[in-house]
Amino acid sequence: MGGRDATMVLLDENGIRCDGRKIDEPRKIVIKAGGLKNADGSAYIEFGDNKILVGVFGPRDVHPKHMSNTDTGILRVRYHMEPFSVGERKRPAPSRREIEISKVIKEALEPAVMLEKFPRTAVDVFIEVLQADGGTRCAALTAASVALADAGIPMRDMVAAIASGKVADTIVLDVNNEEDQAGQADMPIGYMPSLKKITLLQLDGVLTPEEYKKCVDVGVKGCEVVYELQKKALHEKYFGNRGN
Amino acid sequence: MATVSVIDELKKAQILELLEQGKRLDGRALDEPREIKIEINAIPKANGSARVHLGDTDVLCGVKIQPDRPFPDVGDKGMFMCTAELLPLSHPTVETGPPRDDVIELARVVDRGIRESHMVDVSQLVIEKDKSVVGVFADVVAIDYDGNYFDACSYAATAALLTSKTPTWEMVDDQPTVVEGGEKQLPTSTIPVSVTMGKIGNHIVVDPNGDEWASMDCRVTITTDSDGHIVALQKGGSGGFTQDEINECGDLSIKIGAKIRTQLKSAQEEYVKNG
Repeated sequence: MGGRDATMVLLDENGIRCDGRKIDEPRKIVIKAGGLKNADGSAYIEFGDNKILVGVFGPRDVHPKHMSNTDTGILRVRYHMEPFSVGERKRPAPSRREIEISKVIKEALEPAVMLEKFPRTAVDVFIEVLQADGGTRCAALTAASVALADAGIPMRDMVAAIASGKVADTIVLDVNNEEDQAGQADMPIGYMPSLKKITLLQLDGVLTPEEYKKCVDVGVKGCEVVYELQKKALHEKYFGNRGN
Repeated sequence: MATVSVIDELKKAQILELLEQGKRLDGRALDEPREIKIEINAIPKANGSARVHLGDTDVLCGVKIQPDRPFPDVGDKGMFMCTAELLPLSHPTVETGPPRDDVIELARVVDRGIRESHMVDVSQLVIEKDKSVVGVFADVVAIDYDGNYFDACSYAATAALLTSKTPTWEMVDDQPTVVEGGEKQLPTSTIPVSVTMGKIGNHIVVDPNGDEWASMDCRVTITTDSDGHIVALQKGGSGGFTQDEINECGDLSIKIGAKIRTQLKSAQEEYVKNG
């Protein structure tokens, strides 16, 4: 917050951002469904310079047993960053930030997964951030949805996610690391486009009421773009490139 | 959630049935927070403190202000940190031991709301650049639970910070040393106010009590500042909001937040007036 590097131009007079994107342009997103041999479902996402791998196991027996629920299955999510994924080495043990992100991603996925079909079982989602460059929670949530679908777990919808934000007094889509550090606001959004439900939403930074509504709107529209890429990734794995 | 009360399906059904008629179990309007009682300086040994009752949710915040080494990359700024904890005596389901994810979320949401509002002006908290700065630590503990500890903790921390007094330090022999008679008001600017709203069925309720908290599908906590800007937000719980609902919650947080801000301000003024 407040602009650490005063020399960096976040938004030039032509509306071009520090990494050459337009204000409503996401970074390059590549999603691959599958890839892990032992996991029941998996996905890999490159979201700009973020590189994230997700593996899904289950529905399977719950250990420890007391966590199991006789009415429904449970979803467990671990979001974890590798020590080498960021500028300065990150200690390998889960930080408070990672624990919070694990929780918000879990709660973002729960409305999408039909856990009630699998009482007494657990679905485990393991998210490994191999390289981080701002917006990891959105990229992770996007990939986790694809991995769950890849695992064949019944779902109501997939959750697509992207962040909107305020940079140089302008509402932009997909805030990158530099913009997050120097920008004015960051709003990660997770959205189920078919059900039209927002399942992840956070904000830090200062927004007027109008900017707030605009930010939500820009984010939701961005999620719809991400959603198409998620479907494409699954389509590529199961039907090849037919129809594309 | 560590603090989910035991609630039977009947009560849940009753809450929903009442909401269909625009009513709540405790008689409040849907956009009406519970009564807030603020006791300033509950712990005189702290640099600032406040005990806040939000209905039957009871929390206590103590502020400690002391010299600290600055973070390496921001030697020209002091430190602000806010923590929150649920005490084991607050509810039968709270256990001792390392904090669970819900408590970590609580602490981070309360901290984020105050931090992002820039209420505490950390640039004024420097004793000597890159060497010694002032750290402001607001620690909140939940003493008794009846839902919505997010807002109760946030109000307690804000009230305590608004009425905190800080010593002045100067460097003597490379050590921060207290200046006699240098005590002054902690520099604060805006007043952040968080408003937590729960979604039960298709209804949005402000400040969910314990029964409502256990019945809701999801929640959103939105913090606004004195200018009526939105500075922080956190959605939680295993459900989803529509875009319209999120917009409505934004408007509600500004409207309700303004009223609560007036209350926090008058608590501060009353305390200052009575010395």
